[in-house]
Amino acid sequence: MSLTQPESTQGAADAAQTLLEVNNIEVIYDHVILVLKGVSLTVPKGGITALLGGNGAGKTTTLKAISNLLQSERGEVTKGSIAYRGEKITELSPADLVKRGVIQVMEGRHCFEHLTVEENLLTGSYTRGDGSAAIKRSLDMVYTYFPRLKERRRSQAGYTSGGEQQMCAIGRAIMSNPEMVLLDEPSMGLAPQLVEQIFDIVKALNEKEGVSFLLAEQNTNVALRYAHYGYILESGRIVMDGSAADLRENQDVKEFYLGIAEEGKKSFRDVRSYRRRKRWLN
Amino acid sequence: MTNALQRLNPLRPEGIALLLLAAFLGRAIWWFAVSDARDTSFATEIIISGLLAGVMYSLVALGFVLIFKSSGIFNYSQGVMALFAGLFASGFMTDFGLSPFIAIPLTMVVMVITAILIERFVLQYLVGQEPIILFMATIGLAYVMEGIGDLVWGSDVKRLDVGLPSGASDFMFDCCNLYVEKLEVSAAVVAAVLVAALMAFTQYTRIGRALRAVADDHQAALSVGISLRTIWVIVWSIAGFVALTAGVMWGAKSGVQFSLSLIALKALPVLMIGGFTSIPGAIIGGLIIGVGEKVAEIYLGPTMADLFGANPNNFTAIENWFAYVLALVVLLFRPQGLFGEKIIERV
Repeated sequence: MSLTQPESTQGAADAAQTLLEVNNIEVIYDHVILVLKGVSLTVPKGGITALLGGNGAGKTTTLKAISNLLQSERGEVTKGSIAYRGEKITELSPADLVKRGVIQVMEGRHCFEHLTVEENLLTGSYTRGDGSAAIKRSLDMVYTYFPRLKERRRSQAGYTSGGEQQMCAIGRAIMSNPEMVLLDEPSMGLAPQLVEQIFDIVKALNEKEGVSFLLAEQNTNVALRYAHYGYILESGRIVMDGSAADLRENQDVKEFYLGIAEEGKKSFRDVRSYRRRKRWLN
Repeated sequence: MTNALQRLNPLRPEGIALLLLAAFLGRAIWWFAVSDARDTSFATEIIISGLLAGVMYSLVALGFVLIFKSSGIFNYSQGVMALFAGLFASGFMTDFGLSPFIAIPLTMVVMVITAILIERFVLQYLVGQEPIILFMATIGLAYVMEGIGDLVWGSDVKRLDVGLPSGASDFMFDCCNLYVEKLEVSAAVVAAVLVAALMAFTQYTRIGRALRAVADDHQAALSVGISLRTIWVIVWSIAGFVALTAGVMWGAKSGVQFSLSLIALKALPVLMIGGFTSIPGAIIGGLIIGVGEKVAEIYLGPTMADLFGANPNNFTAIENWFAYVLALVVLLFRPQGLFGEKIIERV
């Protein structure tokens, strides 16, 4: 839907509109492992929102809780609520969510290895019911954003490079005509130059096609340059949030995530001196 | 090259197997060159009949491959599904006097309903469990289906005549002086059409693409909005359709009887040879076994007598075990089968 809308409707007025609201969710795997301990965040329409944090902070789990892929990994949202455009989506299947315009690009690409690149892209349009002409148009659009994929479209996805597979995974998601893409760690295992290239395309898709992104990243530096707003996750809690520009200037972020220390070395004990905003308590 | 030479080491099992195979093949070719026409046409008949029997094995193996590829489940009940379908088809025809053109579509409806029930009452609760648990569940399914078939249609051997031509093919007899059974030829044609249709379906349709996507990566398929439950119902329905074809063909050949479910056991070596994940593999594996066991049955004894002076009477009833030994030999060389892709982590 959003993809076919003319650009003019993506004005400042609905840019402020909230697409997704995650309210104080708690996620437990296998009935015992508590992974998210109350995460709240909002994603505005037309923005790129970054979810930052180290290994095991809970970024992927948060995204999977939203897209409902958790269930197949025996994870469960036990508290809190997730609303998309005001509708509770915790009970919906991933297929229902894709139909509503929310799709996840999983960490580690997950292309269908034995399908060609073009077939991979076409699986993205599985849930669409708007005819083959519209799907063809989307395919052409994806190829204009990823010219590399057009060159490789007859090769089996398993034989393409990591960067091409990442493009294929993003393109596949775009083929579902999404309003919001949950993008998990697109920089994983890619050369810095390729990372920039992929983020440039994400930015273009965001600006020209009006796709909103929720982006989970470890590469804080790149993510904060492309995102509009950021949340920092640590051990299953949001410890800080703010506009990307503010976060870039923040002392703690600089030191612990960007690796820029200004006042000499700090002891690790001071790491916990974040201004924690425990919004789930008030 | 050195690797290949090492494999020829007559002290190792695969070396022995290779040498035997080479000796056997060499002698067969030589024999074809020097024998008179009557003997070679007999051999050709054996090979053709082996190929046609092999197509039947392929049909059963195909059902296994479809389900294994898309869900990682080794469906033990595939053979019983063929029996089940055969029972319903023959039951509809003999007990209700329906024509094959109504009875077979009606049986297909039964198979689709079966697929839906299996997904609804068994698979749905076992998503994400270990493969062995799903395997055990299909063993249970096999007995349930066998029981239901027995309960509804009784345990007598039933004749199944779907109007396929039978008897010797006059054409083949006139042109090449070969005796070929018409029923086997028609079964092979049906199987070939079925395989071609299945390949086209998985290759060129939206659902077919989704099936292959699920076979590659469950999680990713979920993430693009493919519903695994729908896909599983579709796959089990297709496997039901394949089972129906196999059941009707075997039923037409030798009557619908409960030993039909045992052809599943013959499908196992077919899968080991072809690979559990490859549709072409299932077909070629079936052909190899079909031809191999017929040829071995008739010629292995004389050959052994010829080469080693063994008593040819010690080499009878080879048909019963040949497939399994061949599968063992293939496992020594290529554990994933001739056409399979890394199945080690799956099974």
